[in-house]
This record gives sequence, structure tokens and C-alpha cells, in this order.
Amino acid sequence: MSKIKNKGSLKGSVSTFFKVLKYLKKYRFHFIVSLIFTAVSVGLTLYVPILVGDAIDLAVGASNVDMSGILAILLKIGIAVGITALLQWLINVLNNRMVYGIVRNVRHEAFARIQKMPVSFIDSHRSGDVVSRLIADSDQFSDGLLMGFSQFCNGIMTIIGTLIFMFFISPAVTLIVVFITPLSLFVAAFIAKKTYSMFKRQSEIRSEQTALIDEMVGEHKTVVAFGYQDDAVKTFDEINGRLSKISLKAIFFSSTTNPSTRFVNSIVYALVALTGAMICIAGGSAISPGSLTSFLSYATQYTKPFNEISGVVTELQNALACANRVFELIESPIESPDVKLEDDNGDSTVEFRNVSFSYSPEKPLIKSFSFKAEEGKHIAIVGPTGCGKTTLINLLMRFYDVDGGAILLGGRDIREIPRAELREHYGMVLQDTWLSDGTIRDNIAFARPDATDEEIVAAAKAAHAHSFIKKLPRGYSTVIGEGGGALSQGQKQLLCIARIMLTDPEILILDEATSSIDTRTEIRIQKAFKKLMAGRTAFIVAHRLSTIKGSDVILVMKDGNVIEQGTHDELLERGGFYNKLYNSQFPDAD
Amino acid sequence: MKKLLVFLKDYKKESVLAPTFKMLEAIFELLVPLAVTAIIDEGINKGNSSVVWRACGFMLLLGVVGLISALCAQFFAARAAVGFATKVRSALFSKIQSFSYSVTDKLGTSTLITRLTSDINSAQTGVNMFLRLFMRSPFIVFGAMICAMLIDFWLGLIFAGVIVILAVIVFGIMLINIKLHKKTQARLDGVVSKVRGNYGGTRVVRAFNKEDEEIEEFDKRIDSLNKLQLFSGKISALMNPLTYAIINLAVILLIRNGALEVEVNGITQGELIALYNYMSQILVELIKLASLIITLNKAAASASRISSILDTPSDIDHEVSKSSLETDKTVVFENVSFRYDTEGEGEAALKDISFTARRGDTIGIIGGTGSGKSTLANLIPGFYHATEGNIFINGKNASLLSADELEASFAIVPQKATLFSGSIRSNLLWGNKNADEDELWNALELACAKDFVEEKAGRLDEELLQGGKNFSGGQRQRLTIARALVRRPEILILDDSASALDYATESALRKNIASLDYDPTVFIVSQRASSIMHADLIIVLEDGEAVGMGKHEELLETCEVYREIYDSQFSKGGESK
Repeated sequence: MSKIKNKGSLKGSVSTFFKVLKYLKKYRFHFIVSLIFTAVSVGLTLYVPILVGDAIDLAVGASNVDMSGILAILLKIGIAVGITALLQWLINVLNNRMVYGIVRNVRHEAFARIQKMPVSFIDSHRSGDVVSRLIADSDQFSDGLLMGFSQFCNGIMTIIGTLIFMFFISPAVTLIVVFITPLSLFVAAFIAKKTYSMFKRQSEIRSEQTALIDEMVGEHKTVVAFGYQDDAVKTFDEINGRLSKISLKAIFFSSTTNPSTRFVNSIVYALVALTGAMICIAGGSAISPGSLTSFLSYATQYTKPFNEISGVVTELQNALACANRVFELIESPIESPDVKLEDDNGDSTVEFRNVSFSYSPEKPLIKSFSFKAEEGKHIAIVGPTGCGKTTLINLLMRFYDVDGGAILLGGRDIREIPRAELREHYGMVLQDTWLSDGTIRDNIAFARPDATDEEIVAAAKAAHAHSFIKKLPRGYSTVIGEGGGALSQGQKQLLCIARIMLTDPEILILDEATSSIDTRTEIRIQKAFKKLMAGRTAFIVAHRLSTIKGSDVILVMKDGNVIEQGTHDELLERGGFYNKLYNSQFPDAD
Repeated sequence: MKKLLVFLKDYKKESVLAPTFKMLEAIFELLVPLAVTAIIDEGINKGNSSVVWRACGFMLLLGVVGLISALCAQFFAARAAVGFATKVRSALFSKIQSFSYSVTDKLGTSTLITRLTSDINSAQTGVNMFLRLFMRSPFIVFGAMICAMLIDFWLGLIFAGVIVILAVIVFGIMLINIKLHKKTQARLDGVVSKVRGNYGGTRVVRAFNKEDEEIEEFDKRIDSLNKLQLFSGKISALMNPLTYAIINLAVILLIRNGALEVEVNGITQGELIALYNYMSQILVELIKLASLIITLNKAAASASRISSILDTPSDIDHEVSKSSLETDKTVVFENVSFRYDTEGEGEAALKDISFTARRGDTIGIIGGTGSGKSTLANLIPGFYHATEGNIFINGKNASLLSADELEASFAIVPQKATLFSGSIRSNLLWGNKNADEDELWNALELACAKDFVEEKAGRLDEELLQGGKNFSGGQRQRLTIARALVRRPEILILDDSASALDYATESALRKNIASLDYDPTVFIVSQRASSIMHADLIIVLEDGEAVGMGKHEELLETCEVYREIYDSQFSKGGESK
């Protein structure tokens, strides 16, 4: 995402525009009806000045006024205006429906896309940038689009309609209008082209700023703890200064569009008045004062859409720049497609066969690792921090795929099992405690939303979370804020454990599942785990070795390799690395 | 809203010049219909072509002067708006940075982020548009009315009536919209929070195969946002058609009465046309004004959301005891109780805690999950303030510590190993900006982090990906410890910060800390008895109460909770030995 492909600004924005059109397809009915209504309302709007001109021509001077004729015309005006007003409202409503609908769909797709991105991608991209694309950019995109739709269609039709009406009044004067007005288009296009790159740059700096905000506000407590506020403000102000400069440029240059095109208008207006009046004086009959009035009002109406369209063009440029960033998100790489070769055979034997893996090619981590976990066995993985324990879990769950070798589940290569199906085999509690921003009840029932209250309470009790939940102001209905709000790490971990207690997985993965829980509680939870693990294959990553003593096999890892394996007693007897590790837990016990 | 205007102070010149130039532009525009009247009455109807030439030349001149004024106005408006937004953004960010823990807890971070980003952007657009159009539009509207009255007072009254009716409609719709916009923003916050939460919890979501449910929940939120947007859109959409209809009804009235006046020679045909032209100008301006008001609605709602944050006191209102203490003790707790929720009925997180730490002491705080250990640790540097009782740091009340004093005396290793994007070096420098290379390596060595940092290709300059995800939990924890040690603090607080370390590493770390040459007062919050058993004072917490306080041996004798904790960790180890 950070590598922006669309360098050629115009080409890029054209292709972005076509992507927007794809989203429009679903709303083609709205689009067509809106176009028809616009055509009718534009036609009526243009008809009104003619009627007014006719009415004025009937009021030539003192004692020379055809009052009944005027009243008849005024009635027509009234009807036309009534219909126009109604149509205008309907057009707005339709356009809103279309634009907000498209943005909703774009947001939906972007969010759905995130669910399919490789975990490695998510690990390496800031959430601030993603939020900014999904929220701010798509908002700007919708605002631009809304203005674009309503004004663009209206503008084009007004131009065409005005031309036709003008032509009927006076072809000669029409020619003046037609030849001079493109100047305003030219000016507008020139300005739009110049400002596109500025808006894009502005968008980039904004996203840099959002990322900083995301960190410094999101992790505000750490910032406070280190008294880093001033430095954060300094960095922020630096970015802010750059943003300010580019914004000033972008906004000023784009805002020169209106005055410039308005100037072209006033030239047209003066020329129309001049030629119209001259024709009047010379010929008399070709143009009346009333029709000159209609003409002048057309001259403004004719050039106004050009202003609007050019205003829309800058707006659309900005919108497209934003849309482009949203589309980059939607088009970012996704995980390799799921493959399904065989059906599940119910066997939960897990085998690592010559597995090698690294996060970055320069730094190999796991090298030709082989191991077979028979069904129902409990496998503990221990070792110093950074030895690759958690990586094994990442591979088992297919958060990352192996670089070489294969992992087999019941004899099937897990790359040939759809991810969702594979993950259904597992239940896991991770060290990184994540809760969704619902109630405590929702979180415990995360895996099984249909669980009854009794089941939820039972799970909470098994995880020893019930007692603290009861103390919360609203008990199980307490809403957990982002990241868990005021709950401690340990409490969050208890909830994660309660969450797993409600499930019935074939294979359990406990990655430092009790690292933030006090040992007294841990011992109690161990009992519950033991019950949960009975008869299931289980992988347990732990540094508190007392919790894994009973495992069938203990894998001792160091630097990505298994250096020892066996049962607790065997390993102690061997007097190797495990023995050292184990005894270091009790340095002062004797 | 008004409060934000302060930020325009440095742009007084621009804020005055922009509308002034706009007003000039408007005056020039109002003169155009008079030129047209001259063309019709003096030129066409009297067949005088030199009048036409002069009038048209005059209109052209008006256009040139108008262009120049408008460009000046746009420039000053852009400068004022961007300058304003830049200042507000900076002020808001600083304000948020000054918030205490309790305030951040209360407000939540995602709403703060929306306010810093999209709200400020919409306020910027608001100021820009306001300066550009808000003076111009009323000026044209009232100017047109006055010009009309000069032509014919009674016909001019129609203009006055139209303006009143339109004002009611426009402002009515505006008021409704401001309310709706606030609601919309709140729903948008919900969407933001879903995205952030989901993104951060990718692994869990996928492990539970909850992608579809997450999408469903997200859809629910965007749909409810969508629904509200459509509703408020329907109301905003009334603005244009209503103004159009009313103006044209006025035109009908104008022509009818105008024609009667022409009949009795009250006005000329040219003047009737001028009146019509003025009415058209009002319509054009009102359409602009209407779309401007929609923008301003958004801006005003955003502005009030921004100022509500600026108005939030940096700290929750609490009675700060100003008392101080003559003492050589580093940390003194005097009957301290604390509750997070000051209004609610939630249970106190800490109850009546008293203890004293001398310089160089190591204080161990142990207890179960949720017993109040972290709360106690967060109270020491004044991150939260005691609800009752006093905390003294070197004799000074902890509530009164300034950020500088805090920075000078404390270093904290938080429970959650949070690192920031940048390099290892830039993260370590959080501890002390002026630390040199040796000091950084020294801190890494003390934190048992030297080995893995040396292995990294970039060493100190190795980049941390978001939140340090390219390091393991244990490595991150050791980096956060190193970050604290770089500071060489007088008081070091380790808030359960070795939980992801294996015992061997932790025990090495503990020895390193015990041997620090500058003899800090150390608070160790832990669930492991082995981490704190050699402390000079151990505080055993259960449900917010200190159920035991003393040295290891004493507590084994007297405190049942402590003994249980100890046994749960040691007796089994002992058995197998």
C-alpha cells in the first residue's frame, strides 16, 4: 500500500474513475431516474426565463400593458416552478442514496479485504493509515462524489438546454457565447491539473500525520509515563507545518477557479449585452428587450455550469485522489487462495516435516524442523524468549505459511486445507490478549454466540473470571472499550480463557496463555485446562515450566531449532539446557 | 465554537481582508443590472448606441476589478483557514498529550483521533468558506434589496418579505442539520473503533474464524451510519427546492405588481428588468448560501466537538491535597484509597494503603490478578490521584508533580510492552534524549537485551515495525525495560514487566537491577514470589487491600495469602528437586 503505483496523475485518476463506475452499476436505476429528473428540471428551469421575458415584453410602457396576457404567463411560471422544486428534491434524495450507498459498499469491501490480507501485511502496516483510508478518505471521496454527481449532470444538461433555447432566440448572439465560453473550461482544466498533485501530496502528509496521531494518542499512557508529550508535540508540529504549507497551496490554487471562470462570464455577459442591444437598435424586431433579458439570464446560466463543473472538477480530483487511496486498500494483496484436496479425516495428528521459515529472507529462523505430535498428545514448547516458539504457533494456524517443508494435519498438508476449516480444528489462547469492543458477555461467547447465559457464567467460573466480572459496575453487560479499557492484562487474559472454555476444539493452542495471571489463580485454571485438554492434541507454549511438567513431550527450542526433546523427567536427568532453564526458576528457593 | 475563534487571532488581517475583498466584488456585481437598465431604457428604447458601448465597457471594467478582488479574497481566506486549522490541530494535539490517565480512560482514543483528523479538516473548510462567502452572500442579498427599494420602494418590500421567509427556512434546516451531524459523527466513531479493533485483533479474529461475523458487525455499523446520513440528506435536500420555489413566487408577484406600475408609469420597462435581475442575483446567492450552510453545519458541529476536548480539563476534577511532608523518605503513602469511577458505585480499587519507602529500597508488590497492584503502581507517579489520603514523593504531594519533575525522578516499565515506530535507538531515547551510545548499550545489557539487539542487522538502528511486531513479546519487554534504565531514574517502577521473560532471563535482570550504581528506589509489581522475595518491603494485595506487609520471612509466617502464592510457585518445584 505504501508503494503507490499510480504516478501518472491523469491516467491514474481515469482508471480510478472507472473503478468508481463499477460501484455505480448497482445504482443504475437511481442514476437513470436521477438523470431523467435532472433533464426535466433543467428544461423547466430554462423555460422560466423565456416566460419572464414574454411577460416583460407585454409591459412596454405607460398605458401599454397587457395585464391578462401577463397573468396567463405567470400561471405557467407557477406550475413550472412547482414541478421543478419537487424534482430537485427527488434528485437530491436519489443522489444521496447513490453516493452514500457507494461509500458504504466501498467501506464494506475495504473492511472485508482486511479480513483476507496476509497477517504479515497487517503486521507491517500501521492501523492509523488503514483507518485514515477507510474513514477520512472515503468520506472525502463521498463528499466529492456527491457534489460531482448532482452538479455535473445538472451542469452538462443546463449547458445543452441553454444552447438550444438561446439558438431559438438569436443564433448570432449564441455564437458569441459558444465561442468565448470554452475559455472558461480551459482555465478550469489548467487549474485542476496544477492542483491535483498538491491534493495528492496533502493526502499523503495527512496520512503520515494520522499515523503519528494513532500512536501518540493510542498509546497515550506510555507517552505520559515517559514525559514524551513535548517531543510528541514537536514531531507533530513539524508534520503539521508541512501540511499547512501544502494545504495553503492546494486550497488557494484550487480556489482561483471560481473567480477566473467568473471573469470569463462577465466578458461573455458584456458582449451579449452589447451585440444584443446593437441588434435591437439596428433591426428592432429580431430581439425585444424582454428576450434580451432572457438572453442575459441565459448567458449567466450558460456559463455558471462551467464554473460549477470546473469547481466539481477540482472537487472530483480531490475525491479521486482519496478514492485512489481507498482502492489501494481494497486492491492490496490477499492471502493465497484456499485449496481443498481431501475431506477431513478426523485425525488430529500434527506433523512438522522439514519445516523451514523466516520472517525476512536475510535472517533464517526455523531450519528443517521435523516433529510429529500424535493425536491426543500434549506437546509443550519451551525455550528462551525469541527462540521461535510463537513462530511455530503462527505456522500451525497458517498466519504465516512455511517457506520449505510442510505441516501436516491428519496426514494432509495444511496448505491444502481451507484456512477456516483448518482453524476450526484449533482453539487458542494467545499471550496478546485481544477483546472485541462489545460486552463481557459478547466476548466470552465470541466463538459461540448462541451460548446461553448459564454456559457463559460457567465458562467464566472455570476461567476464574466470574468473581472480578461480578464486581464490575454492570457485570457481564459491562462494555469493554477498545483494547480492553480499564481491565488489567491478567483480567483480559482470564476473559480470553473463558472464551476458549466455551469451545470444543480438537487441538488446543495455549501460547503463554496464563502469563499475566497470578500463580494461585493459574493453578486453579490449570485444572480447568487439564479437563479441557483431556483427549485432545495440545500445544502449550510456556515459560513457567511448572505448568508443563505433565506434558507428553517437551520440545526445548533455541534459535529456531529444537535442541532437546523428551518428558520432563527425562530432560531433567539429561542435565542439559532444560535442566538449566528449569532450575533457574528457583534460584533462591534453597 | 466561539472558543475556537481565538485561533484566528493571528490571522486578524486575513480575516478582515478576505471578506472585505469579497464585499468589493459584490458591490461591482450589484452595479451590473444598473448598466443593463441603462442599455434598455437609454440605449435600445431611445436608439442610442454610444450609451450601449459605454455601459458594456463599464461592465467589462467591473469584471476585471471583480477578478482582482476575488483573487485577493481567496488568498487571504485560504491563509486564514489553513493557519487556523494548523493552530487548532497543534493545540488539540498538545491538549490531548496533556491529558491524565483518567481523562484518556474516560474519553477513549478513537474519538480523539477523529477529532484531530476529520473534525479539524471540516472546521478548516468551514472557516475558508465562511470568510469567502458568508460576508458576500448577505451583502448581495441586502444590497439587491436596497437597490430594488431605490428603484421602487413598494416593489422593494417584496424583496424584504422574501428574505425573511428564506431566512426562517434556511436557519431552520440548518439547526436540524447541526443536531443530525453530531449524531452522524458519533456513529462514524463507532465505525472507526470497529476498524481499529479488528485490525489489532487479526489473529484472534482469524483463529476463531470470525471474519464473516466481523464483517457483519461492521456492516451493521456502516448501515446505521448510512441510514442516518440518508435521513439528514433528505432534510438538507429541502433547502434548494424551497429557496427556488419561493424566489420564483416572488418573481411572479414582482412581475404582476411591476406590470401594474409600468401601466401607470411608476417605473420603466428597463427598471422592471433590473428588479428581475436583482431577484435572480438573490436566487444565485441563496443557492450558494445554502450549500455553504451545509458546509458550515458540519464545520460548526466539528468545531464544538473540538472545543469540547479543548475544554476538558487535563485532569479529572479532584480535591488536590496541597499538604507536603518534611521527610527524607522517597515515597510515602498515607491512608491511600482509590476508585476509578469517582461518581459510580464501582468498588474501590485500593483501600487504605500506608507504607514508606526510603531511598534505595526495593519494594515488592504482589497479589492476584485484579488485586490492585498496577493501580498502586500508577498512583506513585501521580498518573491517577488518590481518592482519599496522600502520596508524597520526596515530601511533595504526588498530585502536584509537574511533568518535568516526573520526568526527572521516575522511570516506568508498563505492563504492556508498548514501543513506537522508529528505530531501537529512537525508542531508547525516550528514556533520556541526551544518552550517548555507551549509555544505550549499557542499558540494553542491564535489561538482558544486548544479545538480540547485536544480532539485528541494524543493531541500534534496526527499525521497529508497528508497535514492534518484528520482536517477540519477551524482546519487546526487555526493550521497554532498557528504555526505562536509560533514564537512570531515582524511582524505578516495574509494573509486572517481566511476565513474558523466562525465569533465567528474569533472574539475571533482577540481579542487574539490584546492582545499579545510582541506587534507585525500585518498585517491582509481580505475580512471581521469586521476583519480589528479596525486597526490603513486600506489600501483599488482595481485592485492593494490603493483607500483608513486611519481609519475605515474616510474611511466610504471618500472611496466608502470601504463603499460598509462594507455595503455588515453589513447593512443587521443591518436590521435584
